[in-house]
Amino acid sequence: MSQYWDYWARALSDPLIQRALLVALLVGAAAPLVGTYLVQRRLALLGDGIGHVALTGVALGWLIGAGMGLAPGTLAIPGAVVASVLGAVIIELVRASGRTSGDLALALMFYGGIAGGAALIKVAGGTSATLVAYLFGSLSTLAPSDVAISATLGLLILAVGLTTRWALFAAASDEDFAKASGVPVRFWNVLSAALAALTVTVSMRVVGLLLVSALMIVPVAVAQLGSRSFWRTMALASVLGAAAGGAGLMIAYWYDLPPGASIVLLAIALYALAAAARPLVDRMRSARQ
Amino acid sequence: MVDLGVTLGGHRILEDISFSISPGQTVGLFGANGSGKSTLVRALLGLIPVAAGRAELFGAAPGRKLPWAKVAYVPQASPAGAGVPTSALDVVQAGLLTGWRPWPSRGSKARALQALAAVGLEDRARDTLKNFSGGQRRRVLLARALVRQPSLLIMDEPLAGVDAASAEALVDALAATPDLTCLVVLHEPGPFERYLTRGIVLEDGQIVADGPLAEVRPQVTDHHHHHDPAGPHRSHTPELAAPHEIGDHRLEERP
Repeated sequence: MSQYWDYWARALSDPLIQRALLVALLVGAAAPLVGTYLVQRRLALLGDGIGHVALTGVALGWLIGAGMGLAPGTLAIPGAVVASVLGAVIIELVRASGRTSGDLALALMFYGGIAGGAALIKVAGGTSATLVAYLFGSLSTLAPSDVAISATLGLLILAVGLTTRWALFAAASDEDFAKASGVPVRFWNVLSAALAALTVTVSMRVVGLLLVSALMIVPVAVAQLGSRSFWRTMALASVLGAAAGGAGLMIAYWYDLPPGASIVLLAIALYALAAAARPLVDRMRSARQ
Repeated sequence: MVDLGVTLGGHRILEDISFSISPGQTVGLFGANGSGKSTLVRALLGLIPVAAGRAELFGAAPGRKLPWAKVAYVPQASPAGAGVPTSALDVVQAGLLTGWRPWPSRGSKARALQALAAVGLEDRARDTLKNFSGGQRRRVLLARALVRQPSLLIMDEPLAGVDAASAEALVDALAATPDLTCLVVLHEPGPFERYLTRGIVLEDGQIVADGPLAEVRPQVTDHHHHHDPAGPHRSHTPELAAPHEIGDHRLEERP
């Protein structure tokens, strides 16, 4: 038993793990908050699309950083922030314009994002292994500067997502009624898309671009099995997300797995448990009444 | 609205619609399915673009200048609660939002509970909408509009699926609200008969009757049985007013 304690004490005193844990907890709490709006708007897969676009941003950041003689990867997160926010806003505007070709335009953008990323990273002197770290998350490549940006953006997402939650909820839950109340629906929808884009970039170092969307959506899927109100669902999803982020990261450390994989598998395991337990809980509830 | 025209998907849905509503009037908008009633109120609220003419509320086209806080809308159906679990209280409280302010005013929860009580759902405030029947859901949508304490209430088939007793109670609640101007899309007057002062009848996207409810009443009930497949070239009975005769009015309300 004591050797386990020693092991964890050593792990937790490692600055690398401390940094990763901080980001995992923040991201775990912020991603489902944004995801709740996306699920309500039936845009659960938006995060995936943004993740694709962010990859080109990462590669562009590498390229520009290399051109400026900076350490490789310094500009990866800023590049991803710019590309993904831009991409998300364009996606939202195309969607709002209601053009029938919107679906196709999105598909082109997503594929272009992946292909552009793969091509540009080679030009910037990186390797496919560089990209894999961004696609699935990585503990060993997490630099202190990444943590500073991620933590700041994570707090920003939480702050904005919570203070504007009523407007975001109104725009997400009934667009027509909100418009007929004079609520600037397009603005709030663009803001929620931008928040989703920021979430993607904040999460990519730990969870990875391919699995970010799962962290936004799966905790919401778990939380809505047992909630009756929007805010309860959101709060529960945030707590579950943070728990999956923290615990998943420690599992990744223990078994030397990509952290994105262990975090998302843990979240999905939570969903399976909750879905299995639900009939039991329902029966107990109705028996009490 | 003046000479309003709406075109959707290349089809002309509404043509040369002109009418105005003065403060305090309670107007029923009647017509068969597909006559353009819903399209008309959606155009009025700026939810669909207007192809010709203009629609104004309180003297302003739907946009930033319109005093939205005075307006409340009850849509035929709402996507609220279809995705993430949403309680009746969540929905009604969000109904208080207007303009750029991102959160509802102080005391919004108490007001929302009051509005839910007005539609007889105070016990269900914290239940998720998925557990509500169609009629109960409609009452929540009505509470979401009433909580705004509007001067102008625009409702699209608010009583479909609502049981008779609740429908009467709702009309009572509306009748008890002073200085309320009301535009209600309806199939037939039903419980609204005693409340409405005026009726407008739509057919194939045009106004075929407009006047005191008692006068237009025959056209309303006629509607389900009488439909001329020849379309717009139908003969007018004497009491039918042709659209151009209704004149150059704007739908507006001045305090």
